[in-house]
Amino acid sequence: MIEISNLHKSYRMGANTLHVLKGINFSVADGELVSIMGSSGSGKSTLLNILGMLDEADEGSYVLDGVTIKNLSEKQAAKYRNKFLGFIFQSFNLIGYKSALDNVALPLYYQGHSRSERMDRAMSYLEKVGLADWAGHLPNELSGGQKQRVAIARALASDPKVLLADEPTGALDTKTSYEVMDLIQEINDEGRTILVVTHEHDIAQMTKRIVHLKDGVIIEDTKVSQVRAFENV
Amino acid sequence: MFSRDRWSEILEALTANWFRTVLTAFGVLWGIFILVILLAAGKGLENGVMRGFGGIATNTMFMWTQVASKPYKGLPKGRRYNFEVEDVAAIREQVPALRFISPRNQLGGFGGANNVVRGLNTGAFNVYGDYPEIIQQEPMDITSGRFINYSDIDDKRKVAVIGEGVKAVLYDMGEDPLGTYIKINGVNFMVIGTYKKKSQGGDAEEGQKQIYVPFTAFSQAFNMGNRVGWMAITAKDEVPISNLKNDIIDVVKSRHTIHPEDDRAVGNFDLYEEYSKVNGLFVALKAVAYFVGVLVLLSGIIGISNIMLIVVKERTNEIGVRRALGATPWSIRGQILMESVFLTIISGMVGIILATGVIWLVNFQMDQMDTSEMMFANPSVNLGVVMVALTILIISGLLAGLIPAQHAIKVKPVDALRTE
Repeated sequence: MIEISNLHKSYRMGANTLHVLKGINFSVADGELVSIMGSSGSGKSTLLNILGMLDEADEGSYVLDGVTIKNLSEKQAAKYRNKFLGFIFQSFNLIGYKSALDNVALPLYYQGHSRSERMDRAMSYLEKVGLADWAGHLPNELSGGQKQRVAIARALASDPKVLLADEPTGALDTKTSYEVMDLIQEINDEGRTILVVTHEHDIAQMTKRIVHLKDGVIIEDTKVSQVRAFENV
Repeated sequence: MFSRDRWSEILEALTANWFRTVLTAFGVLWGIFILVILLAAGKGLENGVMRGFGGIATNTMFMWTQVASKPYKGLPKGRRYNFEVEDVAAIREQVPALRFISPRNQLGGFGGANNVVRGLNTGAFNVYGDYPEIIQQEPMDITSGRFINYSDIDDKRKVAVIGEGVKAVLYDMGEDPLGTYIKINGVNFMVIGTYKKKSQGGDAEEGQKQIYVPFTAFSQAFNMGNRVGWMAITAKDEVPISNLKNDIIDVVKSRHTIHPEDDRAVGNFDLYEEYSKVNGLFVALKAVAYFVGVLVLLSGIIGISNIMLIVVKERTNEIGVRRALGATPWSIRGQILMESVFLTIISGMVGIILATGVIWLVNFQMDQMDTSEMMFANPSVNLGVVMVALTILIISGLLAGLIPAQHAIKVKPVDALRTE
């Protein structure tokens, strides 16, 4: 599903350049649930941004589902993001003046579906995350866990190949975190590929594979026996 | 582009902060309001002044004889001469771009003695010998009967068309003048019509105290021979009379053996020149109105641009999310542009409506008053002006949105997402 080889990325900070990714080689198969771990500054968010086509690598190749991601125009990048990827953010990033349902329907809007179809599909994803009753509520009327579940429904709405989650539980308490992880595990059980960036060990243990990043290189890449989240709730 | 979702997005974004939206809109509203009011006031002034022309054919010159000021071909200076009926045919032949050439003769005049008698009533009136075309050069409403026609001219009928002012002096209240006779300088003329002139201002009353009789009958009755007192000459609409003036005068000069460089022998008054001057004034006035209005509007536009920049800044994170979800740069740009154009048009429309309301009020008030002496009438804007204003609004709305829209997509999605 994802093939990365020899990926480099550096940022220019005034006169200095900060070499963030120093040759990452990494691949993810279909249906995997991978967590990327590392302390802050290890480059894990940068890697996720590049995977999410929000940022571009300086060097190296990135192939997503057989498509080489290189030198994309903004328009094309937008199209691929919409088609291939679903994003889940630490700060949820829901649009404040739109209801939960409208938030979930947004990726479908950019895919050009009719309004009624968007609403139907968005509703079914809201049901899937157990928030059908909250469809008409604005994000600030929802709890943190509910917001993140709306965000997950939104990420799923465009039926992407890969879900990218950037610290999905970073702003949640432990119980809610586990509930969210339980949902992510369920989605993975249905066969969807998911990448989770986290620095919490317990969250990482709930995935099937842990990739350790340190100073821009992968220092460890191990499969783990998955801990089911609902057992800990 | 104009789907229902687009509109609901725009409305959502604009209604998110009502107070700010209204304040921003006010700048544009005020600008377009000023523009429309200025244009309407200019139009009102123009209408008022143009009303003074009384619908007179403005592409017209008047020409009369004066004294030759240069000796020529053995003839002395100081010589008097008269236009003749044959001059009219000659001018018509040699200057084809003319519409009407009306030779005129006149009796009476300002402060003249009583010259018209009917029974016991007498009055001093201007009496004109005229061709039927004069009614098109000096418009008047025929209030009863008819005006002079070519049968009258050909048969030299002694008929007269009298003004309402004449009727008031010579006739009793309610009396029908048609078919009755009036005696002009001892010659009986039958009244065949009455008129009322539209001209206003100082000579409004004088204009109603005139009598028109056929040119040929006038010449015969008052022993004018083939003499012509003066001429009113109107050119075709596409040619200004000012351009033809010299040609016409040259024809007359050669026919009357006048030195070609004698500028004083033929007196003339070019109405078109006067009219053009007045017209030029209003063109300038309109330009000033547009200038001031557009400048005021500009400050409103800058206000919108400014607010849109702030809105974009506030929504950086949202824009980032949208782009992560697959919004293309153009859909973001389009969104911002549409918001700005929409806001501009709506506030501009309200401005136009308010201005129209004010104009309506002014018109309503003026209808209650006697405005005939005012140099101001019926302030108005036509549909063309409203269209121009709307075009200005759409363009300025686009301009106002352009910088913020560019700003919105300049931020990388990843940076936009980091903004809290």
